[in-house]
Amino acid sequence: MTDAPQAAERPAFQLKSTTVSLTALELAYFDTDSFEATLRDKIRQAPGFFRDIPIIVSLDHFEGPTGELDFFKLLGICRRHNIHVVGVRGGNDDQRRLARNAALAVLPGSGRGDREATAPEQAPEAEPALEPVGARPVSANPAAARVVTQPVRSGQQVYAPEGDLIVLASVQAGAEVLAAGNIHVYGPLRGRALAGVNGLEEARVFCQSLEAELVSIAGHYKISEDLQATGWKAPVQIQLRDDLLVVTPLDRA
Amino acid sequence: MARIIVVTSGKGGVGKTTTSASISTGLARRGHKTVVIDFDVGLRNLDLIMNCERRVVYDFVNVIQGEASLNQALIRDKRVETLYILPASQTREKEALTKEGVEKVINQLSETFDYIVCDSPAGIEHGALMALYYADEAIVVTNPEVSSVRDSDRILGILQSKSRRAEMNQDPVREHLLLTRYNPSRVEKGEMLSVADVEEILAIPLLGVIPESQVVLNASNQGTPVILEEQTDAGQAYDDAVARLLGEEREHRFMDSQKKGFFARMFKG
Repeated sequence: MTDAPQAAERPAFQLKSTTVSLTALELAYFDTDSFEATLRDKIRQAPGFFRDIPIIVSLDHFEGPTGELDFFKLLGICRRHNIHVVGVRGGNDDQRRLARNAALAVLPGSGRGDREATAPEQAPEAEPALEPVGARPVSANPAAARVVTQPVRSGQQVYAPEGDLIVLASVQAGAEVLAAGNIHVYGPLRGRALAGVNGLEEARVFCQSLEAELVSIAGHYKISEDLQATGWKAPVQIQLRDDLLVVTPLDRA
Repeated sequence: MARIIVVTSGKGGVGKTTTSASISTGLARRGHKTVVIDFDVGLRNLDLIMNCERRVVYDFVNVIQGEASLNQALIRDKRVETLYILPASQTREKEALTKEGVEKVINQLSETFDYIVCDSPAGIEHGALMALYYADEAIVVTNPEVSSVRDSDRILGILQSKSRRAEMNQDPVREHLLLTRYNPSRVEKGEMLSVADVEEILAIPLLGVIPESQVVLNASNQGTPVILEEQTDAGQAYDDAVARLLGEEREHRFMDSQKKGFFARMFKG
């Protein structure tokens, strides 16, 4: 917690360090028509997921010419689909300038393809235990897992904003569980599970029976239709390998 | 202190009012002083099923708004003398049910009654929330089909998070599953979920299984709670459910074909 204010009057606000879950839109190239077509397609696959969500545009994998990067058009399309672009990650100086002109926040890149070495800054996020106490306004101890013993019912949402989430019962269809870290479900996973919501790509989802509507790790997701092939209704773990969700039955893990 | 039982489901038309009528009649017939409250303001039905619609003078909303006393509004059942009905208002909106108003009426009823059965309206809106808010126990009425099971799951979540017991951090509301309109032969054909399927999904204790039957429809049309049709399977199934609610151990009946399926599955696995 922050220090108590010295002034007798209560200050209008305090500044605190916080982490929020964001989905990154990994832009490969920008063309108005194909951008909108792809967006529409994604939204059709999971309409609930995209409604009014904040996203950042990641330029780490941007391969098109900087000249075609029209942020005003991009923002317009997103706004039409109720998606709120809050900032831009990565990119070169020119691209960042364009983003700034469009009043977007500019965030450091995720490490890959970014000339300024931001990789060391990423490490403490993944393993906060290595961070010396007090060096940064980041929690020094690994957060305790949140443990839920009751079934998570349809319409309910359980969120572990810092560590792992452990559910000792079922996650029902229409329910949603989210965690900054791993998600363990010691019952059937019938709803939606979103692990690594702050971008932790090492996060995994474990469950006794995979019957999920959607599984997501660090923003990479698969919907029920695409999960049927491996380990459906069986005990599995799901992890991210090369930006792809991989389902492995637990007896073969 | 009275035990407050809500009969709820989320989905409409699954048999909440039929169940409220039969469970309350069953409790009263065993000598417990019981009142059944119709929370379905605007779509009053319970009085029809209990055959007292011609005797409604004042209703639940009148009592809440202080226009009538509780004794003026309570209707004594003609068949079972320890049973009373508090009818819903047909002309008001559900918003007329305030948390404070409902609490006042329930507290007053608690002084003289052993059981208060709350017949919830369908949905998860205000009326349904008011019906379940003060509950100690919940009978979740479910039909053996996917959408009904999903809605029951939603209601169970609301019981865990929005009831008074949840808000006060008391012991959770005791949940009971009552499966209605159960047809073993259709289960066998794969047209309906089995008891085992529903139990597996909802993961709450099974209070009873009421077989699908013409008797239920006839009884409601005649204004007789089906539990009073003692010679019928549905009537006996409700009687079993009431006995289990009071802590008696009774074997589940009227799910024969399903039982075979269950064992077959066990041996296969």
